[in-house]
Amino acid sequence: MYSLLFLAPAFPFAGFIWLATLGPRTARKAVAAVGVGTIAASTVVAGLLAIAFLVAPPAGGAYTQTLWTWIAAGALRIRIDFYLDALSLIMLLVVSFVSFVIHLYSAEFMQADDGYSRFFAYMNLFVASMLTLVLANNLLLLFLGWEGVGLCSYLLIGFWYRDPANGLAARKAFIVTRVGDTAFTLGLLLLFHSLGTLDLQPLMHLAAQRWLPGSALPVAAAALLLGGAVGKSAQLPLQTWLPDAMAGPTPTSALIHAATMVTAGVYLIARAHVLFALAPPVQLAVAVVGAATLLLAGCSALVQHDIKRVLAYSTISQIGYMFLALGVGAWSAAIFHLMIHAFFKALLFLVAGIVIQALHEEHDIRKMGGLRRDLPYAFWGFVIGGSALAGLPLITAGFYSKGLILWRAWSSPAGGVVLWLAGMLGVLLTSLYIYRLIFLVFYGERKTAPVHLPGWRIKLPVVTLSALAIAGGFVNIPRWLHGVPAFTGFLHSALPPAGLLHRPGMSEPLSELVAALLFAAGLFAAWRRFSGRRVPRPAAGLAGAIQRFWFADWGMDWLYDRLLVRPVAAFARLNRQDAIDSGYNAVARLHVWGWQALRRSENGRIRWYAAWITAGTMLFLALAVWR
Amino acid sequence: MILLCFILIPLSAGGLAWVAERWHAQAPRWLALAAMLADFALGLGVWIHFRPGALARLRPPAAAHPAPAWLLQLDWHWIPRFGIRFHLALDGLSLLLLLLTFFLGIVSVLVSWTEIRERVGFFHLNLLWVLAGVTGVFLALDLFLFYFAWELMLVPMFFLIALWGHERRRYASVKFFLFTQLSGLLMLIAILALVFAHAAATGVLTFEYAALLGTPLSGAAAWWIMLGFFIAFAVKLPAVPVHTWLPDAHTEAPTAGSVVLAGLLLKTGAYGLLRFVLPLFPRVSHQFAPLAMLLAVLGILYGGLLAYGQNDFKRMVAYTSVSHLGFVLLGIYAGNALALDGALVTMIAHGISTGALFVLAGLLQQRLHTRDLNAMNGLWDTVPRLSGVALFFALASLGLPGLGDFVGEFLVLLGAWPVSRLLAAFAAAGILVATFYALRLVQRAFHGPNRHAWRLPDLSRRETLALAPMILVLLWLGLFPSTVLRTFRLVIPSLQPPAAPAVLPAAPAAPGKALRP
Repeated sequence: MYSLLFLAPAFPFAGFIWLATLGPRTARKAVAAVGVGTIAASTVVAGLLAIAFLVAPPAGGAYTQTLWTWIAAGALRIRIDFYLDALSLIMLLVVSFVSFVIHLYSAEFMQADDGYSRFFAYMNLFVASMLTLVLANNLLLLFLGWEGVGLCSYLLIGFWYRDPANGLAARKAFIVTRVGDTAFTLGLLLLFHSLGTLDLQPLMHLAAQRWLPGSALPVAAAALLLGGAVGKSAQLPLQTWLPDAMAGPTPTSALIHAATMVTAGVYLIARAHVLFALAPPVQLAVAVVGAATLLLAGCSALVQHDIKRVLAYSTISQIGYMFLALGVGAWSAAIFHLMIHAFFKALLFLVAGIVIQALHEEHDIRKMGGLRRDLPYAFWGFVIGGSALAGLPLITAGFYSKGLILWRAWSSPAGGVVLWLAGMLGVLLTSLYIYRLIFLVFYGERKTAPVHLPGWRIKLPVVTLSALAIAGGFVNIPRWLHGVPAFTGFLHSALPPAGLLHRPGMSEPLSELVAALLFAAGLFAAWRRFSGRRVPRPAAGLAGAIQRFWFADWGMDWLYDRLLVRPVAAFARLNRQDAIDSGYNAVARLHVWGWQALRRSENGRIRWYAAWITAGTMLFLALAVWR
Repeated sequence: MILLCFILIPLSAGGLAWVAERWHAQAPRWLALAAMLADFALGLGVWIHFRPGALARLRPPAAAHPAPAWLLQLDWHWIPRFGIRFHLALDGLSLLLLLLTFFLGIVSVLVSWTEIRERVGFFHLNLLWVLAGVTGVFLALDLFLFYFAWELMLVPMFFLIALWGHERRRYASVKFFLFTQLSGLLMLIAILALVFAHAAATGVLTFEYAALLGTPLSGAAAWWIMLGFFIAFAVKLPAVPVHTWLPDAHTEAPTAGSVVLAGLLLKTGAYGLLRFVLPLFPRVSHQFAPLAMLLAVLGILYGGLLAYGQNDFKRMVAYTSVSHLGFVLLGIYAGNALALDGALVTMIAHGISTGALFVLAGLLQQRLHTRDLNAMNGLWDTVPRLSGVALFFALASLGLPGLGDFVGEFLVLLGAWPVSRLLAAFAAAGILVATFYALRLVQRAFHGPNRHAWRLPDLSRRETLALAPMILVLLWLGLFPSTVLRTFRLVIPSLQPPAAPAVLPAAPAAPGKALRP
C-alpha cells in the first residue's frame, strides 16, 4: 500500500504534462476531467495511505520510498525519495483534499476563460510541486518543490497576462520569495558542509548529536532557513508580495492561501524543528516575527477596500499565528492551525469568488452590500468561514486551533506574556476586520445586483469546506472541555509535544475565555459600526493618516521600492551600454585617430614631403649635436 | 580512427556542401545535417560503449601525476623535427562536450533552414568548419595541434558573422576577431615559452601534453605562462572585464552563429582552463584561484545586471551568458569535485538553454524582423506554443530546480562554499539576478497586451523538431544528471591540482565552533 506514495505527486504532474502539451487541442470537458481527475486521484491515494497509516503504521512511524539517485557528485548523494510520517501524512491529506475541492470549483468558475487548459496545467503543476515539497525526504528535493510552487504562483498570479499590472504582481511574488530562497540556498550549503548530508532525518539526527543548543552553526543554519520561510509564508519583512498576489484568478488565491505555497514556510520549520530547537535566538525570532506580522497584517486588513485584499492580509496574519506557535515550540499546534486555516481560508476565497463573479468582477466592498438574500451560499459560507477565522467559541474549528496557540504562547517555556498579549490583540483585530467585511458585503443597502449565480460544482465545495470549517476542530478538543486532543496526539510521533512552564495568573480555560470575550468585542464593534445602511466615511486627520498608512501596508512597499528596486533598475538602465566596453572603444578610437593623423601626412605633395624630410634631418642633427 | 572521423566528417562534408550547392539548392543543408547526425550517432555509440559500468573497469589514474583516463587515442607523427605530433585523445570531459557539439550542430543546421538564403553552400562550409574546429579543440592533446584547431574555429566564425550577420555585423565581426586573435597570440607565446622551458629543463623539444604536464617552472615563469593561457581562455569564456566582444558578436551573428558561439565557443574557453591551465600550472593556479573566483562572481552579477537592462532580445541573452559562464569559472577555480561537476553540468546546460533562447530570438526575428523587446509585447496571444517554449527556457536560465542549469549552479555553489563563503553568497545572489532578467524577458516579449497587433505563425514542425530535443535534454540533465556526472567522474582527478584543498568529506564541525564570515 505504501508503495503508492509516489503516485500522489505523480498524478498531478502527469496531468500537467498532458495539459501543457495536448491541452490546447483538447475539449474543455476533457481538460476539466484531467485537471480535476488527477487531483482526485491524488486525494484517493492520500486517503488510502491514511487508512494504511492508521491500520498498520510503518515501522518506526515513517515510510521512505526511494525512486532514483538524483545527484551524485563528490560526497553529495541526493535521491528522489519521499518520506511519509504523521506530519507529511497530514500535509498530504490537507493539500490534496483542499486542492481537489478548489479544482472542482475552478472547473465551473473558469469556464468562460479562454486559457482554460493553461489554467489547469498550472494548477496541476502547483499541486504536484506542493506534494513534492511536503513529501520530500531531503532538503534539495524539498527545495525543488519549494521553487516549483514559487514558479506556479508566478504563473497563476500573472495568469491574465494581458494586463501588465498582473505581470508586475506575478514577478513581485516570484522575486520577493526568491530573495528568501537565496537565504534558503545558503542554508543548504551550510548544512551540507557542516553535517555532510541533506537528507532530512540524518540531518536532524546529526544536528542534535553534534551541535550544542545556541551555538553559532545551528543559529546560522536556522536563521537562513527562516529567511526562506518568511519569504514563502509572507511574513515580515518579506510579506509585501502576498496582497498583490490577488491579481490572479480567485481559485488561485484560494490555492495559494489555503493549501499550497504560504503554508510551505510553516511546514519547513516544523519539519526542521530539531534544528530550530537548537537555535533559541532564531526560535525567538520566529515567535517575534509571527507576533509582529499578525498584528501588522491585522491592522492592514481593517482598512482595505478590496474584498480579496482583506482576505490576503488575514492570511498573512493567520500565518503569523502559526509562526508564533512554531516560535514557542508548539509544533503540532501550528500544524493544527495550518489545517483549520486551510479549510476556512479556502472557503472564504471560494465564496469571495462567488460574490466577485456575481457582481461582474467587482472587488470593492464599498460598492457591495445587502447580498445575503441574493447569494445565500456565499453569505453562509462567509459567516461560517469568517466565524472560524475569528474563532467563534466552541462551535467553529478556528476557536480550537487558535485557542491552543494562545494557550501555548502563555504556557510554553519559550512563550511569555508579551507574545500572549499580541496574540490576544490579534483575536480582537481578526474579529473586527472579518465582521466588518461580512457586514459591508451582506448587510446594509444593496448597491449592485448580482448577475451570475453559481452551479453545483461551486456549491458543493462551499458546503464541504463549510462543514470542515466547523467540524475540523472536533478532532482536537482540549482536555479541559473533557475532550480528546487526538490530532496533536497523532502528530506526536513526528513532532515533540510542547513543554509546559507554570506562569501564575492564567489557566487554559481562562485564556480561552479572554479570547472569547475579545472575539465578542470585535463582533460587537463591527456590528455597531458597519451593519448600518450607510458606509462609514473615511476618517480624517490623524486617524485618516493612520488608516492610509495601514492601507499601504505600513509603507514597506514604498521603502523597498526606493531602497532596492529603483537603484537596481537605474543601474541597469544607465549601464545599458556597458561602461567597460567604452574602454575598449576608446582604444579603438585612438587607433582611428592615429590612422587619420598619419593619413594626412600622405597627401601626395612633394613640397610637404621635402619639408618633412628637412625637418626630420634637422631634428636628428640637433639631437646629435646636443648630445 | 573514430577520433579522426569526428573531425574529418564535418571538414569533408563542409567542402562538399560548398560544391553541392551547384547541384541542388537544398543539398548543402541535407549534407550538413547528415554529417552532424553521423557525428552525433558516432559520439553516442562511443558513449554507450564506454558507459559508466565499462568506465569503472578502467584503472583509476595514479595519484602522483595523474594522467587522464583516455578512452580513445590517436597518435601520429606530424612534424617530428619540432616534436609536433598529431595527437588526439578522448576522455569523459571531451566526450560530453563533443556530444554537446554535435547536438548543437544538428540544431544549428535546422534553424538555418529558412533563415539563410544567400550563399547557402559557403554558409554550411563555414558552419561545419567551425564545428570541426571545436571538435579539434576538444580532442587535441598536442599543444601545437590545439592552437591550430583554436585558430580553425576563429576564421569561419568570423565569416559567419561578417557575411550573414545583422545590421552591425562588420563592427561585431572585427571586434570578435581582434579579441580572440590577440588573446590567441598570447596563448601561442605562452605555448612556445612552455615548450622551450621544457626543452631547457629536459633537452626534449615536444608539444606533447603528457610530457609538458610535469614541467618544472620557476615561480615567475609559471605565473607569466599561466597568465598567457588564462587570458586567452578568459576572453573566450568570457570573464569580466574582457567580455565586451561577446554581446556584439552574439547579437549580430545569424542564429546558427549565435548558437555555436554561446553553446560551444564559450565552452572551449572553459575546456581550456580545465584541460590545460589547472593541470599544467597546478601551484600558480591555486594561488591565482581567489582572483579568478572574484572575477567569476563579478561576472555573474555584472553580466546579470547588464542583461536586465537590455532591450534587444539577443543582446539580453548574450549578457546572460556572461553571468552563467561566471558560474563555470567559479566552479573551475573552486577546484573540488563538487565544483568541477557543477562547472561541467553548467557548461552543458547553458549550451542548451542559451542556445535555445538564441534559436527563439532567431525565430522571432524571422517573423517580426526585429529583435527589439519594445516592439514585441503580448506575443502569447498569437504564438502560444513558441511563447510556452520560451518560458521554459527562461525558467531554465533562472535556475529552476528540475532543469539542468540548476543542478550545475547548485553544485558550483556547493563546491565554492568551503573555499569562500562570501563569494558563494554573492554568487547565490546571482541566481536572484537571473530571476530579474528572465522574468523581464518573458514579460516584455510574451506577456502584456498584444499592443502591436501581431499575427504570426506559430512553431512549424521543423522548428518543433529542433526545440523539443533541447527541452528533453534539459529535463534529463535536471532530473538525471548522474548519467553525465558518472562519465565525468574519472576525469576529475586529472584536473585537480595536487595542492587542491581536500574539502570533502567535511570534517564534523566542533560544537560551538565560531562561524567564519
